[in-house]
Amino acid sequence: MISRPDLLTIAELIPAEARVLDLGCDDGELLEYLIEHKQARGSGIELSEDGVLACVRRGLSVRQGNIEEGLADYPDDSLDVVILSQTLPFLNNPTFIINEMLRVGKCAIVSFPNWGYWRCRIEYLLTGRVPQFPDIEQKWDGDKRWQLFTLSDFEDLTQWIGVEIDDRVYLEGNQKIEKGARWRARTAVYALTKAG
Amino acid sequence: MIVPIQTFTFAENDPLVLDSGLTLSPVNLAYETWGTLNAEKSNAILICHALTGSAHAAGYHSEDDKTPGWWDDCIGPGKAFDTDKFFVICSNVIGGCYGSSGPTEIDPNTGKAYGLNFPVITIGDMVRAQVKLIDHLGIGKLVCVAGGSMGGMQVLEWAAHHAERIHAAIPIATTSHHSPMEIAFGEVGRQAIYADPAWNKGDYHESGTGPDAGLAVARMVGHITYLSEESMHQKFGRRLHNLEKYGYEFETEFEVESYLRYNGSKFTQRFDANAYLYITKAMDYFDLTQPSGTLAASFTESTKLRYLVVSFTSDWLYPSYHSKELVRALTAVGADVTYLDIESQWGHDAFLLEVETMTGLLQSFLGRLEKEILAGTS
Repeated sequence: MISRPDLLTIAELIPAEARVLDLGCDDGELLEYLIEHKQARGSGIELSEDGVLACVRRGLSVRQGNIEEGLADYPDDSLDVVILSQTLPFLNNPTFIINEMLRVGKCAIVSFPNWGYWRCRIEYLLTGRVPQFPDIEQKWDGDKRWQLFTLSDFEDLTQWIGVEIDDRVYLEGNQKIEKGARWRARTAVYALTKAG
Repeated sequence: MIVPIQTFTFAENDPLVLDSGLTLSPVNLAYETWGTLNAEKSNAILICHALTGSAHAAGYHSEDDKTPGWWDDCIGPGKAFDTDKFFVICSNVIGGCYGSSGPTEIDPNTGKAYGLNFPVITIGDMVRAQVKLIDHLGIGKLVCVAGGSMGGMQVLEWAAHHAERIHAAIPIATTSHHSPMEIAFGEVGRQAIYADPAWNKGDYHESGTGPDAGLAVARMVGHITYLSEESMHQKFGRRLHNLEKYGYEFETEFEVESYLRYNGSKFTQRFDANAYLYITKAMDYFDLTQPSGTLAASFTESTKLRYLVVSFTSDWLYPSYHSKELVRALTAVGADVTYLDIESQWGHDAFLLEVETMTGLLQSFLGRLEKEILAGTS
């Protein structure tokens, strides 16, 4: 069974038999789930050797690569869904990646931790330090600092890029949040499509 | 595991037409097999060897044989290419000197060794001969073709031009077209052979002595390209060979010199200089970006295959970017590609040395292929 709640939500947003590309697919948990339960035709791109090996053990097609280099070799509109789960804060140029996702796919699904979550807000207020997010621990000796997104930030970004928000799901643990999501949601999942 | 060398002879009446336009008749192909071909003949894997390899990829030739085949780490019961499940075939390339038609073989027209009268061959010709062997064995479709270095070029040739005969292609530490640097290293090796008076314009097979000095230098150059700077530091450092201090003379002093000389000279006992010329030339001609000018165009008929592309981070002979270029071309045509650039310090040789990672990777990939072939989705 799938462990991360945002992955299950992403899976719910994906139509059956979709052609799916998962960017930063880690050990392939979501892809395997999509292939088994949604009859997806899926592949992934993953930076780490361990991640790629784990994916191959699951019988998945995965390319080792850096998504920051873009998806240049994927033809336009060659996929139904391109997924970016929990990787957004690590990107140097989110605009470029989101545009690439929507060039290649009909739909882009992006999940990320919401830094507007109430505990983050309080932590910032009380400690004067940029709040830590428990799901993705930030270390000083890590590769790079994250770029923080709140729900409002992300929506501003989509508006600035000029893409449509087709669907949005807010989560606190396994719970879907309907009201007060800007401060109550820990994780957000957005489905984007090209404008017009 | 004792394995015999077998020979398949064909094209006695219907000569094999080569890329050069010349023909070869008859053609001998030396090959070995491991495991059992099932009744449906659906469990066969073809292994392609590198520049100086042979059909002897695994096991031993006799009880007293001390050295196993060149990829014994990966071929056998329970190994990456599990011979309890698969029927594994490896054939020696034409143009070589391990039992297949090549310059050391007797030319039926003259009764003497072919020498330089042997036609120049290409990777395409090598694979054309392998296809005949697979026909002869009654195998319609191979589970996969796998190989590293020049073996990987043959794999790509199979994928590009014989896609209907394979389910999957596993090109390892290789390239889709020889780069000028790779051609340059090939040429240095060839020049070393030409410069040896014993080469005698290729006509030495009757004389009993060949251009060993030239061939040894060619091998030394080759060896350097198979290592990495880091692996040379590790293997040899600046250590002296059987010496406490510098002798200030032109003898073998450094460990690395001793390694190269030993391997160069050992090589002359097992390989033929003309075969070295033919095979390096075949690699230099290899270029799947032709005739269309783009690599992707070579694979437009091969998009149904599964690909497992592997490179190694410290390989500077066939650097990772060659494999990445291939992966990009395959992605562009919509093929199903898995790619891994394995972190390794062993240079080009890594494809034979990173056994643990390769075993995990190959077993997983082959496991998936087995399922897909059974389910009829491949």
